[in-house]
Amino acid sequence: MRQHAVSWPHALSVCWRNAAMYRRTWKLNILPNFFEPLFYLWSIGLGVGAYVSEMSGMPYVQFLAPGLVCVAAMNGASYEVTYNVYVRMHYEKMYAAMLTTPIEPEDILIGELLWALIRASIYGGCFLLVTMAFGVAPFPRSLLALPVIPLSGVLFAAIGLAFTLRANTMEFFSFYFTLFLTPLFLFSDIFFPLAERFSGPWLLLAEALPLLHPVRLSRFAFYGAHGAQPTAALLLWDCVYVLGLSFGLLLYARGWIRRRLTA
Amino acid sequence: MPTSPIIEAVGLVKRFEDRIAVDGLDLAVPATECFGLLGPNGAGKTTTLRMIYGVSKPTSGAITVFGLDVARHGRAVRGRLGVTLQENVLIDSLSPIDNLRVFGRYHLLREPELSRRIEQLITDFELGSHARQRAETLSGGFKRRLAIAMSLINRPELLILDEPTTGLDPAVRHVLWNEVRALKARGTTVLLTTHYMDEAERLCDRVLIMSNGKAVCEGPPRELVESRLAREVLELDCTAAEERALLEGLAAVKTLRSGARLFVFADDVGPLALRAKQLEGAAGRSFVVRPANLEDVFLASTGTSLETGA
Repeated sequence: MRQHAVSWPHALSVCWRNAAMYRRTWKLNILPNFFEPLFYLWSIGLGVGAYVSEMSGMPYVQFLAPGLVCVAAMNGASYEVTYNVYVRMHYEKMYAAMLTTPIEPEDILIGELLWALIRASIYGGCFLLVTMAFGVAPFPRSLLALPVIPLSGVLFAAIGLAFTLRANTMEFFSFYFTLFLTPLFLFSDIFFPLAERFSGPWLLLAEALPLLHPVRLSRFAFYGAHGAQPTAALLLWDCVYVLGLSFGLLLYARGWIRRRLTA
Repeated sequence: MPTSPIIEAVGLVKRFEDRIAVDGLDLAVPATECFGLLGPNGAGKTTTLRMIYGVSKPTSGAITVFGLDVARHGRAVRGRLGVTLQENVLIDSLSPIDNLRVFGRYHLLREPELSRRIEQLITDFELGSHARQRAETLSGGFKRRLAIAMSLINRPELLILDEPTTGLDPAVRHVLWNEVRALKARGTTVLLTTHYMDEAERLCDRVLIMSNGKAVCEGPPRELVESRLAREVLELDCTAAEERALLEGLAAVKTLRSGARLFVFADDVGPLALRAKQLEGAAGRSFVVRPANLEDVFLASTGTSLETGA
């Protein structure tokens, strides 16, 4: 057997550990996931929507919904792989204990990735459910956005894990959230169509933003070729971007988790 | 009949960027024995343990556990041993039962075997009365017992204990010692680190004293004491001049000084005690006569210098 190959049963046992903790508190944990979209719908639908009646040819609240589903998944994954992974690694010594068993660092990486994916799916899934329940997302067509949720989750889990494994103090995470995730939130086609406000080189630069890609996929899943009219090539590029970057960063994180845990 | 050792390490070196933690250590732990790795903080004990269960890679040297090369068969080796880390790693929000369950999963234990094993450990470690409360509400002693129980979930042939009783009160230490003895009686090999010499003397068949990453001496505790020092020790506070007067004319007596305190080792310190009583100005000054112990060997080996003769 190849050395340092991932053992899936062991990776699942790492994921199961987080699930066992979550299971005790899930009722409390899941509640905010239902309130968050309600607040958005309330504020944008009743408030902002009264001034901004349309965006890209649809009611503003409908324009926002697919992007916010991706943001929910992004946040779900990000909290898990930043603060929580850091605390398990450096304060709780949870990984040190796991490594006294047949678990290897690579299994821990994959286990945490799987768990972040589950959390992202719970966040994003709740958001989608609520928007559908209030008639903001078209039913059943917007169910097509379901696969975009884990896609968004895996992308931000990979980015976050790579970052966390290089972080030397917890303070770095406030940079991560305010200087990285917040601009992504604001400039990824969620609140306004980038193509209508920027041009040429700026649009090319925007293609580098990770959140843009799941958002475009999600909006397409919701409304099809409506408004900005993404081409098939563009949607393919979105998928390639998300999977390629996730894979690359996970390879990077794999090298670092071994260095971090086996000194 | 001599069997091959459970753990065998040869020429073990671990170099970190700025220091050498383990510096050419040889180690052989026989099956079903309790082996103690002793030494002051920073001697390299924990680093040695981490290399033995394969989570830290030696800079050079080789380790086999159960006859397997740890560098190549880490998973297989760790499946057959248990480790209790220095710090208790528990999930605070879960009960002892759930903590054991999570840990059992790491070893891929499945029902119904997992539940049977948990029940057994709860009984063995007398955790029943606290089995369903959150781990964070347990006392220090119960937390430690749970941590040890967790490392036994896979019925290990080898149990590694990193400072099992540090910070615990005497009653709890006795309970834990009994548990270690019971394990040994059932055929488990135990490797422990400690800086409590009394613990090592009570539990260990063999000890190895480490200092600065090197082995200073090794052997059964009683043998180490008698061969390296003597059966008894006389302890008192005195000046260098008084020391000379006390030891005058005595051939080859081993002494050890720690500040104002002088330790004199002899198989029979009776005559010395008489002299000490007659020491000028020593009247009413207390001195102690006691059996020499591992503490003395430890001090002599790692701290204060040991001189032969006066």
